[in-house]
Amino acid sequence: MTGTMQMVLRSRSLVLGAALSLVFFGAAVVSFLWVPYDVTLMGIANKIKPPSAAHWLGTDQFGRDILSMIMVGARTSIAVAVLAVGIGMGFGVPLGLWAAARRGSLLDELIMRGNDLVFAFPALLIAVMITAILGPSATNAIIAIGVFNIPVFARLSRSGALSLWQRDFILAARVAGKGSARISWEHILPNILNLLIVQGTIQFSLGILAEAGLSYVGLGAQPPVPSWGRMLAESQTFITFAPHMALFPGFAILLTVLGLNLMGDGLRDLLDPKLRRGRE
Amino acid sequence: MLRFLLTRLTSLVLSLVVASAVIFAVIEVLPGDPAAVMLGVNAQEDTLAALREELGLTEAPVMRYFHWVTGLLQGDFGVSYSYRIPVAEMISDRLQVSLPLALFALVLTVVIAIPVGIWAASRRGSAVDLGVMGVTQLGVAVPNFWFAMLMVLVFAVNLRWFSAGGFAGWDEGILPALKSLTLPAIALALPQASILARVMRSALLDTLGEDFVRTARAKGLTRRQALWRHAFRNALIPVLTIIGLQFSFLLAGGIIIENVFYLPGLGRLIFQAISARDLVVVESVVMLLVFAVIVVNFLVEVAYALIDPRLRSAR
Repeated sequence: MTGTMQMVLRSRSLVLGAALSLVFFGAAVVSFLWVPYDVTLMGIANKIKPPSAAHWLGTDQFGRDILSMIMVGARTSIAVAVLAVGIGMGFGVPLGLWAAARRGSLLDELIMRGNDLVFAFPALLIAVMITAILGPSATNAIIAIGVFNIPVFARLSRSGALSLWQRDFILAARVAGKGSARISWEHILPNILNLLIVQGTIQFSLGILAEAGLSYVGLGAQPPVPSWGRMLAESQTFITFAPHMALFPGFAILLTVLGLNLMGDGLRDLLDPKLRRGRE
Repeated sequence: MLRFLLTRLTSLVLSLVVASAVIFAVIEVLPGDPAAVMLGVNAQEDTLAALREELGLTEAPVMRYFHWVTGLLQGDFGVSYSYRIPVAEMISDRLQVSLPLALFALVLTVVIAIPVGIWAASRRGSAVDLGVMGVTQLGVAVPNFWFAMLMVLVFAVNLRWFSAGGFAGWDEGILPALKSLTLPAIALALPQASILARVMRSALLDTLGEDFVRTARAKGLTRRQALWRHAFRNALIPVLTIIGLQFSFLLAGGIIIENVFYLPGLGRLIFQAISARDLVVVESVVMLLVFAVIVVNFLVEVAYALIDPRLRSAR
């Protein structure tokens, strides 16, 4: 156990990434209990103030505290990205495992071609289509990003499962009379979990970026729910004389995504000894 | 090669058919009554009926899909409900901004990423390599529309080297037009160039470890010669895949960046169409972008087969 801990601590990118991610996760959790100022509180007397002792990151055009907005906005970003990764894994992994269990069959071909097709619809276009019909909302952003995640996880779990199906311990399980669904669940899934965790971290960071982009163009969470992307969109009008309004939400996105990416890299090195040696 | 091309072509056509069916279903069938979506909740029954008539909604969905596709094949994208002009005309106007922007960004991506990736790989473990890895790590994480805003602040507002937005138009000459696309193209290219540089670096490092490179060195080639003559070409295969994928990201990603710079491209068009509930326009623009993505991916697969004969027979 101490050996594992040492290895974790030796991976600088993992430690740094986890620390950065924790800051924003922490901010999101704390925001449920406490924020410096109520984000629904507007004060025209306080509008567009640069950072000060009272408002560490300044205030926006309605006099709202930017630090509090970023803390509450972290919830939106994290919730959208977590649910989108959940959709991607929830549908993608079973599909990929199913395709691998029936490799070479018509079903396999259908699932994989379907995946290619979804890849032709960037998340942004899916969001545009959904919004055109249902109107903009955080839910639609989650669906759009989630749908785009499905083929990512389906391909990953299929390719991971394919190599496992050739192994002796799977053969043993088949000889023992287990069906392919049970083998996939009991033997394949635990063995590709590492792959899924690493990819999950990466898709999570992409989800944060995608959510920011969608809410920047008004296709994400709607007012009054604070979101980082919309804070940036609103700051654009004031950027010449109040750059702090644009700087801080942007840094929040950058640092969260950077933290998750570093954590993903670190986890991959840690969980995949082959890669670790190959990289040195 | 011919057989390879034929199977790829079949799957290209199939993908296009399915993609168009999906788009048609999502936009025209799922909402139930597209006329009601377009006119909103307060629409009068007779206006609704007139619009249904105009859009041909009285027909069965299968027939409507058929008419839509045959129209698309002849370059007829329908008539915009809010602007009352043919959608094909609007799209071709906007493409004069969006397509050069995506190509400009692609050129920047390739021109920056390939040399940087090779540079880092050839000096693996050095300060250069670490620097490249650090900067690209940041480049992947930065939201490009935010980076675009910061560039506007620095280069347009403070230094006044560029205008903060808008498009000069091609009539004024190529240079002013390119100038107004420069900041947007850089913003679009930044994350993609970071990804590509990393892919180039790791692909090159992988091939540099291969036996044929060692043989080339044993034959008396210098490290540099072995890199350029043997490793580079082989490392290009994963790089090409990524470039193909990136073009679609650049086209679609342009939608957001165009909004930062108020560029009159497809991105602005699609958002205007959404707020005007002009489904005819939304449907056509989405179809066009998806079409571009599918065709580009097809071209990339063909390009692979040209570079690497092994892939022709493998399929």
